Amino acid sequence: MSEHEELPVLSTRDFSLWYGSHQAVIEVNLDIVERQITAIIGPSGCGKSTLIRAFNRLNDLIPGVRTSGEILFRGERIYGRGVDPVNVRRHIGMVFQKPNPFPKSVFENVAFGLRINGFRGDLAKRVESALEKAALWDEVKDDLHRKTGYDLSGGQQQRLCIARALAVDPEVLLMDEPCSALDPIATAKIEDLIRELASSVTVAIVTHNMQQAARVSDFTAFMLLGELVEFGPTREIFTRPKDSRTEAYITGRFG
Amino acid sequence: MVREAFERELRALEGEVVALGKAVGEAVRGAVCALRARDVDRAERVDRADDDINRRRFSLEERCLALLATQQPMASDLRVLTAILHIATDLERMGDHAAGVARLVIRMGDEPLIKPLVDIPRMADLVVAMLEEALDAFVRRDAAAARRAAAWDDEVDALHDQVHRELFLLMIQDPRTVTQATYLMWASHGLERTADLVTNVCERVVFVAQGVLEDLNQPHG
Repeated sequence: MSEHEELPVLSTRDFSLWYGSHQAVIEVNLDIVERQITAIIGPSGCGKSTLIRAFNRLNDLIPGVRTSGEILFRGERIYGRGVDPVNVRRHIGMVFQKPNPFPKSVFENVAFGLRINGFRGDLAKRVESALEKAALWDEVKDDLHRKTGYDLSGGQQQRLCIARALAVDPEVLLMDEPCSALDPIATAKIEDLIRELASSVTVAIVTHNMQQAARVSDFTAFMLLGELVEFGPTREIFTRPKDSRTEAYITGRFG
Repeated sequence: MVREAFERELRALEGEVVALGKAVGEAVRGAVCALRARDVDRAERVDRADDDINRRRFSLEERCLALLATQQPMASDLRVLTAILHIATDLERMGDHAAGVARLVIRMGDEPLIKPLVDIPRMADLVVAMLEEALDAFVRRDAAAARRAAAWDDEVDALHDQVHRELFLLMIQDPRTVTQATYLMWASHGLERTADLVTNVCERVVFVAQGVLEDLNQPHG
């Protein structure tokens, strides 16, 4: 475990979410600690992706979604009246399962968020810095304007998406199965990158790969059927979980 | 139930570590019986059997590593596998101590004993009973039983001290006994160390059952 002070950046308070009549997240209370990596694990349909998407209000785009309880970002209710989801997303970035670069140059992919936010500083410098943080700079620096996002390999595309998310300097980076479409080498690069990013940004990652959660995270949350079953330091969860359902899931004896 | 092949191999490894423990218990018993009966043939059999114990320990270790590498066990499975690795190492060391006693018997040949052997066989009985209890507790995941078994170590230590005192007295009274008395001290020391190793096994049982690493090698009040 890290020696960082353990302040929650994101907290959920009895947070529930419904898709129509189906309750996908049930009264979850969870603290995401600053500059730590929190992994959310659980079987398909357990609500882990829904929860992480709720952290930057991506579920708002789905018709019939209703929530109760609170999600607090630095103590502020992100579902509060008058809160602009776009502003939430500026502070809380998201990287998805499948890399989704835009059909634009590498440079424009990274600059995209800055441009729509009306960034007025040194764009080139900011793009370079984001690409460096995403460990992609050396591989693309000579083709920034010549290559498009689609010209990159899968692993590079995912790092490009990470750079794009980092460019706007978010405080939290959410990752929803960021390696599930990648081969083991590209996965290892992303995992190394996640560990490095944690020195400057808080990371929450959803993964169904338990070894990945064990390798990269400081804290692990285990969800089942919409509920948060157990949350604790990753080392504890993977060596001596307290709840028998966590034990059954992580030892692969589920179902 | 998923992961059947993994489950089967894990249970097989657990069975093998218990079987290895039985073989070690027999070696301890056999070595001390040979000592009491001055039975060089039996001592030679115990000494030879140690090669088999060593071989089985390596085989256990390799199978554990294969499972760790290929199955990425977690939580209680991980604790069981690391416990098996530790216990196999401890058992192998116990086997070495038994073989050491057996080799003392061979060295002493048919030379008459300087004193009737009472406490050393009692130590051996206690050590074997501790080991059996510890392995039984391992199979049952019974931390309380493991702690009780570990506590018997105090009795073994007390007997070892007694044996020491008696042999010192004998050596002082009659320096011609020094060589054999030294051998008997080594035998007693081997049994005392074996009991310590059994307490290590007990610690692993507590770890498997409760997930805590606890030093059971402290003298009990």
